[in-house]
Amino acid sequence: MNSYFKIKESIQLFLIEIGELSYFCGRFFKEVFKRPMEFKEFIRQCYNMGNRSLLLVAVTGFIIGLVFTLQSRPTLQQFGAVSWIPAMVSVSIIREIGPIITALICAGRIGSGIGAELGSMRVTEQIDAMEVSGTNPFKYLVVTRILATTFMLPVLVMFGDAIAIYGSYLVENVKGNVSLLLYFNQVFNHLEFFDIVPSTIKTFFFGFAIGLVGCFKGYYCTKGTAGVGLAANSAVVNTSMLLFIIDFIAVFVANIFYDN
Amino acid sequence: MNAPSPLLKPIIEIKDLRKSYGDNHVLNGFNMVLYEGENLVIMGKSGCGKTVMIKCLVGLDESDSGTIQVMGKDIGKLDQTTLDELRTEIGFLFQGSALYDSMSVRENLEFPLRRHIKKFGYIEDTTQLVMEALENVGLAHAVNLMPSELSGGMKRRIALARTLILQPKIILYDEPTTGLDPITSKEIIVLMMSIQKKYNTSAIIITHDVDCARVISNRMILMVDGINYAEGTFEELSKNKDPKVQAFFK
Repeated sequence: MNSYFKIKESIQLFLIEIGELSYFCGRFFKEVFKRPMEFKEFIRQCYNMGNRSLLLVAVTGFIIGLVFTLQSRPTLQQFGAVSWIPAMVSVSIIREIGPIITALICAGRIGSGIGAELGSMRVTEQIDAMEVSGTNPFKYLVVTRILATTFMLPVLVMFGDAIAIYGSYLVENVKGNVSLLLYFNQVFNHLEFFDIVPSTIKTFFFGFAIGLVGCFKGYYCTKGTAGVGLAANSAVVNTSMLLFIIDFIAVFVANIFYDN
Repeated sequence: MNAPSPLLKPIIEIKDLRKSYGDNHVLNGFNMVLYEGENLVIMGKSGCGKTVMIKCLVGLDESDSGTIQVMGKDIGKLDQTTLDELRTEIGFLFQGSALYDSMSVRENLEFPLRRHIKKFGYIEDTTQLVMEALENVGLAHAVNLMPSELSGGMKRRIALARTLILQPKIILYDEPTTGLDPITSKEIIVLMMSIQKKYNTSAIIITHDVDCARVISNRMILMVDGINYAEGTFEELSKNKDPKVQAFFK
C-alpha cells in the first residue's frame, strides 16, 4: 500500500512538473516579442554558448568520425564495399549521430551551466532584485538564453558534422590513400535534401529543449546551494531524455513526409 | 528620532495581511501604516514573518488575504506593467545585497536605469547618474570593480546606490546591518540617515539590531507570530513591561 502511494505521488509530481514546464514554455512565447528585445544579452549568450563550446564539439566530432570509420572499415572491406564509406559515414553522421551527440554534449555543458547560473541567481536573490527594480528578469535571463541555444545548436551541429566527416577522411586517406577532393565528392554525391533538411530542423528543437529545461530548472531553483547542484544535475538528465523523445518524434514526422 | 506628525500622509497601508505556506501560518492579520518621510523599524524573531511581509509588499510573494496599498494603489489588483512602474518608486535593499555578479558595479547600476525609459527617458550616457549614485554611498572609485572584488560592507553600499539610482520614494531595508562588523554597521546606519535626509524618502527597516533601531527609527513595530504585537517609539517600547517586548531590548 505504501509503495502504491509512493508511485501515485511520483506520477503526480511528474505531471505537475510537465504542467509547469508547459506554462514556462508558454510564457517564453508570450515574452519573446515584447520590448525591450535585450539584443545585446542575446548576442553575449550566443557567444558564450557557441564560441565556448566549439572546442568540445570539434574534438568530439573529430573522434567520432575517426572511430566510426576505423570500426566500420574492416567489415565493409570483407564485402568489398570500402568505396561506400564516405556515403555511409556522412549520411549517418548528418542524419543522426552528429545532431544527437552534439546535442547531448551541449545538454551537459550548456544546459547544466544555465541551470547552475540561474539557480545561483535565484538563491542569492538576484532574480528577485531584478523583479523589484521593475525590470523583467524572465525576458533578460530566460528568453535570451533559450533563443541563444535555439540558434547556436544548429551551428554547432553543422560544425561538428563537418569535423567528423573530415576525421573520417583522414582515416580513409591514411588507410586507403583517398584524396580530399575524391572523398568529399563521394560525400556530396550521396547526400540528399532528405538527409540534411529534417536533421537541421530538429537541431533547432534540440537547442530549444536544452535552453528551456536549463532555464526552467534554474529559474525555479529552491533549497539553497544544494538546490543549485540539483538544478544543474536535473537540467542535464531531463534534457537528455527530452532530446531522445524529440529525436524519435522528428524521425517519425520526417518519415511521414519523405518516405519513399 | 521623533514620531511622525499625524498630519502626514500615509504612503503604505497594510490591512489584515495573511499568508500561509501549507500548515505554516506566517502572517496572521498583520496591519501597518507608513507615513511620508517616516523611518519605520520592524523587529521580530527569525521566522516571525518580517521578510514574507516585505516581499508581499513589493509583489514578490502573493498574500492569501488582506490589502496592501502603496501610494494609493492596491498591489494585489495591479497589472504587471503598472506594478513594474510602481516598483521604480520602491527601493529594496536585500539582506545579501543581491548584486548581479556577472556585471560590474557600473553595469549593476545601469541595468535598472536603462530599462525604465518611461520614467527616465532614453539616456545616452549614464556616467553622470551612475557616478552621482556612487558618490552618495562614497564608492565612486569602485565603478569598474566586479561584485566578487567587494567587501560585505561595500556590496551593501553598492546595492543601496543601485536602489537610489531609480530615485525611489520608499526604501525597504531587509536587515541592512546583518553580517557586518560594528564599525561598518554604523557607517551603513549613517548612510541610511543621510539618504533619508537628502531625498526625503520613507523607509521600512527590518532589523534585529537594537542600536540601529534606536538611531534610525521614528516608530517601531514588534512582530510576534505574524502579527504586530506592539507599536510605538523606541523609548515607549523600551519602557514597556511586557516580557515579550522586553526580550527584544535585553
